[in-house]
Amino acid sequence: MDSTFIIEKSVVILVVFGITMLMAMYSTWAERKVAAYLQDRVGPNRAGWGGLFQPLADGLKLFAKEEFSPNTPNQFLFKVGPGIAMATALMTSAVIPWGDRFHLFGRDILLQATDINVGILYIIGIVSIGVYGIMIGGWASNNKFSLIGAVRASSQMVSYEVAMGLSIVALLMMTGTLSLKEITVQQSGMNWNVFYQPISFLIFLICAFAETNRTPFDLAECETELIGGYHTEYSSMRMGFYLFAEYANMFVSSTVLAVLFFGGYNYPGMSWVVENWGVNFANVLGIGALFIKLCGFIFFFMWVRWTIPRFRYDQLMHLGWRILIPLSIINIMITGVVLLRGEIFAYLGL
Amino acid sequence: MSELLLPPEHRYAKIIQELHNEDGSELSILNLGPTHPATHGIFQNILLMDGEKILEAEPTIGYIHRAFEKIAENRPFYQITPLTDRMNYCSSPINNMGWWMTMEKLLDIEVPKRAQYLRVIAMELARITDHIICNSILGVDTGAYTGFLYVFQFREKVYEIYEEICGARLTTNMGRLGGFERDWSPKAFELLEVFLKDFPVAWKEFENLFERNRIFIDRTVNVGPITAEMAMAYGFTGPNLRAAGVDYDVRVAHPYSSYEDFEFIVPVGKSGDTYDRFCVRNAEVWESLSIIRQALDKMPEGNVFHADVPEYYLPPKEDVYTDMESLIYHFKIVMGEIPVPVAEIYHAVEGGNGELGFYLVTDGSRTPYRLHFRRPCFIYYQAYPEMIKGAMLSDAIVILSSLNVIAGELDA
Repeated sequence: MDSTFIIEKSVVILVVFGITMLMAMYSTWAERKVAAYLQDRVGPNRAGWGGLFQPLADGLKLFAKEEFSPNTPNQFLFKVGPGIAMATALMTSAVIPWGDRFHLFGRDILLQATDINVGILYIIGIVSIGVYGIMIGGWASNNKFSLIGAVRASSQMVSYEVAMGLSIVALLMMTGTLSLKEITVQQSGMNWNVFYQPISFLIFLICAFAETNRTPFDLAECETELIGGYHTEYSSMRMGFYLFAEYANMFVSSTVLAVLFFGGYNYPGMSWVVENWGVNFANVLGIGALFIKLCGFIFFFMWVRWTIPRFRYDQLMHLGWRILIPLSIINIMITGVVLLRGEIFAYLGL
Repeated sequence: MSELLLPPEHRYAKIIQELHNEDGSELSILNLGPTHPATHGIFQNILLMDGEKILEAEPTIGYIHRAFEKIAENRPFYQITPLTDRMNYCSSPINNMGWWMTMEKLLDIEVPKRAQYLRVIAMELARITDHIICNSILGVDTGAYTGFLYVFQFREKVYEIYEEICGARLTTNMGRLGGFERDWSPKAFELLEVFLKDFPVAWKEFENLFERNRIFIDRTVNVGPITAEMAMAYGFTGPNLRAAGVDYDVRVAHPYSSYEDFEFIVPVGKSGDTYDRFCVRNAEVWESLSIIRQALDKMPEGNVFHADVPEYYLPPKEDVYTDMESLIYHFKIVMGEIPVPVAEIYHAVEGGNGELGFYLVTDGSRTPYRLHFRRPCFIYYQAYPEMIKGAMLSDAIVILSSLNVIAGELDA
């Protein structure tokens, strides 16, 4: 392992980290603007042009706020909760392939913090750790509303993770790999997985809403019932961390959706661009394509949030366990039959 | 939290201590309110919960009790409208008009037809704003925020009309004994026409957003149902009773202010659940719009806006300075020295959320001997603990907002 490798990876990690933070920050701005657009309002427009500095102003305000902590016997857990939520939200972006290899300084630079061969499992694992942040924070708040929010969040996460995992199984049967890089490469030239696995995509999309605690699955923090849910007792930047983690999660979920089902950085005519205009230019376009796709998903997340009501707790469980999970199992079976049709036909002697 | 507000000898605390479930689970107490975002206003509900299921509820009211009935006993009659403003502040013109009509009934004053029609328009506008708030807040409580802000701009448009009529927006203090304080400006009618043109489009969109939305239907159908018998036994009126299937509407049963001149239907529901209450209110908005349109079309010519009752109606200011009789009337009215018979009367109007009644006893003096407001919210809230028994926490919040309980009216 040479020093240039370390430098290269450090730069990539820093860039990915920075982009995740920036996107999460500007998702808050976009959320407010989208909400304003849907509700016939103007939205934030004071700080900077079109309110572009609003996220900075919000962050500054949160840092300047008084740090209030309730009279709880678990001060340590109370403080560590938002940290866990934030850290896990930022960790997921490590395995996302942001683009293909760049040819720079005589080296191949991979635009991915690390290409591990269990990328999807890594993401699912980290996301499930994320619920600990909510659970610990809600429990340590010593508040019944927070506790109800935390319990709701954890049971929701557990149920929807099952459906999410099963929906991906069908996809993995087709791709035969867990590496996000491999999956992206397989989808080159409009062979997007969404065309082959639409049901899997639909289930994954619904579960992504549930995993990020967004409407219609925002039972953990529904402000009309639980005041603020698990972050009722939080103030200052600790609450900011929870809110920020939600937006970082939304960004990562959108990216995973784009990578798994919408071809990642692939775009139509990519091979032509590589031949005529060079690899690096094709890669820049690829990053652009990925960001257009994931911004589309982020917009979709917001659009849904500002359109439909939320579920009740039992209806949420009903949807998860009695609709999504059977559906994904059926999807796995169909995928299996289609994949093994040759063997099945041979066995039946057709 | 709840330990601070609940004494250890509270009934629920005892229930929790004495109950030993085999699986080791315990019941819990949740304080919904007094300052909770879902209790629009301030009232406390102590809930005994099994997980998210509500076993029993104990409501507490009176957090913003301002003793309006007692204050009214010490005020001249014309100073009581500001009190009525502050009851159901979502539809204060109805309260104002209700009070003036009670006074007119007491003094046997015949209000000119044009003033009556103007009153009908003001009251129906108030009903529309009331229903806008109730239904859109129901949307917010189920988690859909957009509908609320989208139709809220039309409440603003109605307030602009109020501003033209009387100068005030929320607490309007509109009207005077025998009619209005001044004639409506042409601008008011202009704004009204614009409102009648724009609002139906937005309200249709709002209805489409909710009425066939699967999640909304799941959240509201069969949530907090109340049978017609039970609703009548509690004394429900207004949209909440009509949602249960009883077509009682004060505007039809005991017409006042020329409501008998207009054609409108009384929408009724079937099961009396949250969804029916929502739909009944939606339908009533359409009826109100139709009534306003009819009133504008049938409006008599001329510019009469008050009854000719110099003993009770303040003369114009220039007359006060030049005319002796006017000066005397002005003095007597302002000092509250108007001739009032000894009587006991009841008058009710169809308020935004039910029958708003005024029970007035006079002893001939300058103030009421006793004035009681029949406040529909007060009655609905008594049924609330029974309605949420066995429901989930989320249901309790949706039921509360669908009953349209307004703290100002509840506590008076």
